[in-house]
Amino acid sequence: MILSGADILVKTLIEQGCDTVFGYPGGQILNVYESLYTYQNEIRHILTAHEQGASHAADGYARSTGKVGVVISTSGPGATNLVTGIATAFLDSIPMVAICGNVPTTQIGTDSFQELDITGVTLPITKHNYFVRTVEELADTVREAFVLARSGRPGPVLIDIPKDVQIAKCEYTPKAPFEAEEAQAAKDVRIEEAASYINSAKAPYIYFGGGLINAEAQEEMLALADKIDAPIGCSLMGISGIPTDHPRFLGMQGMHGHYASSMAMHNADLIISLGVRFNDRVTGNRAKFATGAKIIHIDVDGSELCKTVNAVCGLRGDVKKTLQKLLPLVNESRKEDWSAKIAQLREEETTVTDNREGMTPRRAILTLNKHLGKNTAVCTDVGQHQMWAAQTVKMQTPRRFLSSGGLGTMGFGFGAAIGAAFGTKERSVLVTGDGSFGMNVNELATAVSYKIPIVILLLNNGVLGMVRQWQTLFFNKHYSNTILDRKTDFCALAHAFGAEGETVKTPEELDAALARAFRCEGPYVVDCRIDKDEFVLPMLPPGGSMDDIIVKLEVEK
Amino acid sequence: MNRYTVAVLVKNQFGVLNRVTSMFRRRQFNINALTVSETESSDLSRITVVFGGEEIEKKQLINQLYKLPDVCSIKEFEEDSSVSCELLLIKMKNDTATRDDILTAAKAFGAPIVEYSKDSIILRLTDTTRRIDDFINLMRDYTILEICRTGSVSLEKGSTTIRQAIYL
Repeated sequence: MILSGADILVKTLIEQGCDTVFGYPGGQILNVYESLYTYQNEIRHILTAHEQGASHAADGYARSTGKVGVVISTSGPGATNLVTGIATAFLDSIPMVAICGNVPTTQIGTDSFQELDITGVTLPITKHNYFVRTVEELADTVREAFVLARSGRPGPVLIDIPKDVQIAKCEYTPKAPFEAEEAQAAKDVRIEEAASYINSAKAPYIYFGGGLINAEAQEEMLALADKIDAPIGCSLMGISGIPTDHPRFLGMQGMHGHYASSMAMHNADLIISLGVRFNDRVTGNRAKFATGAKIIHIDVDGSELCKTVNAVCGLRGDVKKTLQKLLPLVNESRKEDWSAKIAQLREEETTVTDNREGMTPRRAILTLNKHLGKNTAVCTDVGQHQMWAAQTVKMQTPRRFLSSGGLGTMGFGFGAAIGAAFGTKERSVLVTGDGSFGMNVNELATAVSYKIPIVILLLNNGVLGMVRQWQTLFFNKHYSNTILDRKTDFCALAHAFGAEGETVKTPEELDAALARAFRCEGPYVVDCRIDKDEFVLPMLPPGGSMDDIIVKLEVEK
Repeated sequence: MNRYTVAVLVKNQFGVLNRVTSMFRRRQFNINALTVSETESSDLSRITVVFGGEEIEKKQLINQLYKLPDVCSIKEFEEDSSVSCELLLIKMKNDTATRDDILTAAKAFGAPIVEYSKDSIILRLTDTTRRIDDFINLMRDYTILEICRTGSVSLEKGSTTIRQAIYL
């Protein structure tokens, strides 16, 4: 059948199994919005308050479902507003397709109104991008983009579609979605090598990240851990990969990781790493990182192997398939000494865990945990609240902890929570701080308009807590531009947007407020007041090693 | 620091060179020379990259190249098993005092005169990077007006080709 480019785009999106897109209309994407109107019974468009919110929503949708998230914007400023969202998805390997309109091809290169070279702008933050020159190439470009976005190591792909390509017509032939080339297991010789390292290890530590969740290799990892009697830790991106209360799980490691998890990694003689990339927040000072350990590194992206740390054995391949081949080669063994050491580290951790009464950040997250369902997605922004949530939130299902790990995008959480609510078809939770929340608070309008049930736990300390923490520790308490001291009344603000909200000051009040929030049909802001001098602990100072770990800190007021 | 030569077969499309060089820039690879041209097949272009670095950086560069969807094949060249050459055009000042020395050197290096005028001589040399460096150094004793050289291009010895390694 003969269709316009805009219709072909929307038909092809539907063909890819895409039923929800996020976006914001504008001059150069009008034709696509006309087609979205035409096909509104087959594909739903969620209008956000700002394109950035839409990009994070598409990201949150992708993180919570494993499907490709789709965001649509107009040219120029619409497209640049997507940039932070695309970069966030790129750094965390999230499958996303971003679609932008552009001025007609005849005007390209003439600096027309709202013309922007968005393929140039997004070159370093996309897996790939396309400028569609003719309507004939449009459908296959979209199909290819979906394959690229989710294949191998997932990531964002951008498609720039000039207005005349949206208007032009051509024959459209429906096709089944293109099959992504499946990643294979690593080479046998490498797997055998890995097995021999594992079989001679006395103190192995399994370390996983977002790559494990992408590969859905939880079961295989747990089987390996049981077989070789190893504890398990994860990176920020790994949280929710296995249930928080799994007996082998020590929690997140790294700069603000769990004491036992970081120490176990530090004391291990073998680190079996699955779908991670050893960034600086994970290793601290690389020269002093896990000096006694050999590293086995399994990742679908070969460029991660030996990028930042030297692995004795780098395995490029699908984590799940590689583990399946590895498992039979590994000897079953009990490691009494190592298990005793882990038990001791766990014991030590209890002595440094913050058990203070009152409205402490940890208390807030523990209170939240009581209300979380098995399937509730918890999204965060970036800063202290993110780390408190990462350390303490109770997770039972993969893909239910959504946080900007790589780029560290303040303002990510609200959009992500909107996307996750659509992705999971359930109420989602946003844990945020007053700094981050202020960045994209406009999305309250979206949540209210669509009656999206989102519990917003706002840990409000009136300061930019994480930066302030660094200023306290490393900049002589020179609180340069971190004391917000704003007069924003978040409850009144919520009400102004048409949402519910209340302020709480004690754990009991918080508990009661959350009970109400979890019954609310739309967004509900719980403005939870905490002290500005709360710290995220433990902390590895930047460039430090486990010998420098800070577990307790008293600061004179 | 070692010197490595890598040939990359890419889709002959608008913007591909930009994608490749953008990656080099953002990961701060130290590129010495880069040549791009069409190949025996019009849908493919060949990029020859000469860069300096350690073994680990070379691995990283190749791994990162593999991740670009437009890259079809990559081949690393060892000096022993490949042939490399580049082209030099050099414009020398032509005067009676140095003319004979310049022409003698040119003859010794096998560099033909491609343009001759009262005030200048343009010589062309097609040779390995090292020989070209040597020739330029020799010419520094006289007056060099202008130099233009291409990057190095390489082919593997024997009948194997880069296209046999195409994985896309």
